[in-house]
Amino acid sequence: MHLEFSKKEELFREEVSSWLSKNLKGKFKPVVGRGGSGDQTELLEERVEWEKHMGKSGWTCIGWPKKFGGRNASINEQVIFYEEYTKAGGPGRIGHIGETLAGPTIISFGSKEQQKRFLPKIRLGEEYWCQGYSEPSAGSDLAAVKTKAELVKGKWKINGQKIWTSLAKESDWIFVLCRTTKKSSGREGLSYILVPMSQPGITIQPIKQLTGQSEFNEVFFDNAETQEENVVGEVGEGWKVAMGTLGFERGTSTLGQQMAFEQEFNTVLKIAKENGSSEIPSIKNQLSEAWIGLRIMRFNALRMLSNSRDGLLSKEAMLSKLYWATWHRNLGKLAMDVLGMESEIGDKLPYDLTFLQKMFLFTRSDTIYAGTNQIQRNIISERALGMPKEPRGDNKK
Amino acid sequence: MEFSLTEEQEILRDTANSFLEDFSNSQSIRKAMESDLRFDPVLWKRMASEMGWTGILVPENYGGIGLSWVELVTLMEQMGKNLLCSPFHPTVCLGISSLLEAGNEEQKSSFLPLIASGELIVTLACLERSGSWLPEGIETTFEKKGSEYCLNGIKRFVPYGHSSDLIIVAARKKDNSNSKDLSLFLVGSDNPNISINQLTTMDQTRPQSELKLSNLKLSESKLLGKEGDGWEILNKVRSLGALGIAADQVGGAQKCLDMTCKYVLEREQFGRKIGSFQSIKHRLADMMVLVESARSSAYYAACLVKEGNDELDEAISIAKSYCSEAYFKCASDSIQLHGGVGFTWEYDVHLYFKRAKSSEIAFGSPQLHKDKIANFLGI
Repeated sequence: MHLEFSKKEELFREEVSSWLSKNLKGKFKPVVGRGGSGDQTELLEERVEWEKHMGKSGWTCIGWPKKFGGRNASINEQVIFYEEYTKAGGPGRIGHIGETLAGPTIISFGSKEQQKRFLPKIRLGEEYWCQGYSEPSAGSDLAAVKTKAELVKGKWKINGQKIWTSLAKESDWIFVLCRTTKKSSGREGLSYILVPMSQPGITIQPIKQLTGQSEFNEVFFDNAETQEENVVGEVGEGWKVAMGTLGFERGTSTLGQQMAFEQEFNTVLKIAKENGSSEIPSIKNQLSEAWIGLRIMRFNALRMLSNSRDGLLSKEAMLSKLYWATWHRNLGKLAMDVLGMESEIGDKLPYDLTFLQKMFLFTRSDTIYAGTNQIQRNIISERALGMPKEPRGDNKK
Repeated sequence: MEFSLTEEQEILRDTANSFLEDFSNSQSIRKAMESDLRFDPVLWKRMASEMGWTGILVPENYGGIGLSWVELVTLMEQMGKNLLCSPFHPTVCLGISSLLEAGNEEQKSSFLPLIASGELIVTLACLERSGSWLPEGIETTFEKKGSEYCLNGIKRFVPYGHSSDLIIVAARKKDNSNSKDLSLFLVGSDNPNISINQLTTMDQTRPQSELKLSNLKLSESKLLGKEGDGWEILNKVRSLGALGIAADQVGGAQKCLDMTCKYVLEREQFGRKIGSFQSIKHRLADMMVLVESARSSAYYAACLVKEGNDELDEAISIAKSYCSEAYFKCASDSIQLHGGVGFTWEYDVHLYFKRAKSSEIAFGSPQLHKDKIANFLGI
């Protein structure tokens, strides 16, 4: 057990940081530090340019195998990359769904043709992806999806609705979990299908969130079409593929995310020092606890990464979502407490809020999306501690 | 970066756990904690000679096995898990650390081999009536008369004071206004001018004593470190002491979770295992988050001791405050989820609950360490 990085890894760190400092300037200067939580849909064109630039230079998809254009970077190297990227103020990634979800799924479960067709465009920042999982009546209970796909003359015809889709308008493709077996229910009869977004059968409706902004969308499928060969894995095996994707979701980007959290924490700390609220014992204590919580989040992540070498989800990984979501939500609340009376006052009329107000409001969703805190606790107690599974209700009405 | 146990460290962990499951079981814990010594001297000898544990930090040239704090934390986690009653923490975390930090060659070569072989039990007497961890809390004085030191004062909260052979005593120079002008002395417990009074402790697995020093005379060779360096040495040693407690807390918290999981899968009410209720499952999930996070924090700090990192003090404060709160919460929840039987003397849960409380305040309460963190943050 040791914490120090090897010489080779430190050299890699230098390579990353020097590339970033040489390239994140000039025409890319405006995107530095942009596109994070609550700022996701800003400066899109400029950020797409940046994605392409990174892709050309070989700095996207570094964890992918070499034969798919990646660098086969080790977990430690990926950690280093995300740390340096965040430190340098690298903008919020638009390509992350392709790079960390769609791509790895296609690498693991896709056909040779699919790999050839889709992977290079993800890597080069030429095509962007969004996720079609949740539906109005399939939130925590993902296996209750109703969206249907039917094979008609060599094409899938898709009907139904997805919800809470990030970056829907900006995406070229969506991976859709849908029913391909009539009258099936639950995890049976589902397939994982890739569907082009730009077509008359797809309508995107932004959802106005409590923040006043619209990062999430509804996506309606009304006889939307895709080619027969765009199923990943076997027809009817969609649940297995979808679970694989969820496994990729909790990975090496956590440390980069934590550095973004650290920057937020430092902003709150700075204000607390300036406005004197850090001298209020309860605020001082909460700041201290927030810092302890953030450091431990890092220690947990380092353990998770060291223990997940075999590619399986370690028990630490099961805890990570519940931990960070709760921590981040608490930071949002603390930011408002630190601001005191000023916490109510936004930037400008009619409803432009400050960065910290947006964070306070946005973090309410952290403990809901990608598995609510309650679902996380079920997962932990059932899978890691061996408690009995929740009984399923009878919804055959 | 490889933040997981090596194969050798896993073997150490598993060997320690199976040894302790055999020799520190419910029956032997209760026997030891109610005995005069408050530990089993036969077991202590085996821990030293068969297992080599008392020499874990002692360099090989002094008769030990010279391993690092990572191995020590691994071992102490198992001791906490099995609620071991023994003067291991004062002897190893405090005694050996003090000698390694400040001892001269003669002191090291006369004491370290004896500690490693299990023949010498050591403790640290630093706190006094105020219970304060600040230098002002130390009122015991020393004055130098010719080539002798003379100590006077009353020490309190001395772990295993009644069963120690060698006591490291902190005292201040008489009539000196500088509150940090402290020095450390090596005192044999057989000295006639020291009276040792064992106190009743709520946690019977961590006994404490009060020591009265009346005109206790010591030769110059008993000074540990330089005169006036006591506060600096104490700070380092107590910081390591806090990490040792944190490791014990991780193990204790883990055991509380394990015992509770086992119980809620046996106990049935309303025709079902109570572990099937979400109110219980969710509480267990929260306990697991606490236990695993506590573990990460203790091992992180242990790596920093090994690597000699500047962040060490901060990491130890993080570990001690978090592990303290995690253990206390897990032990409290364990009583609650055991229901009525958790309130009985017969079940072991209360022993863990009491150890959680005593270790929470040992070497700085969570609040004290959070204040230190605030200080690091510049607030």
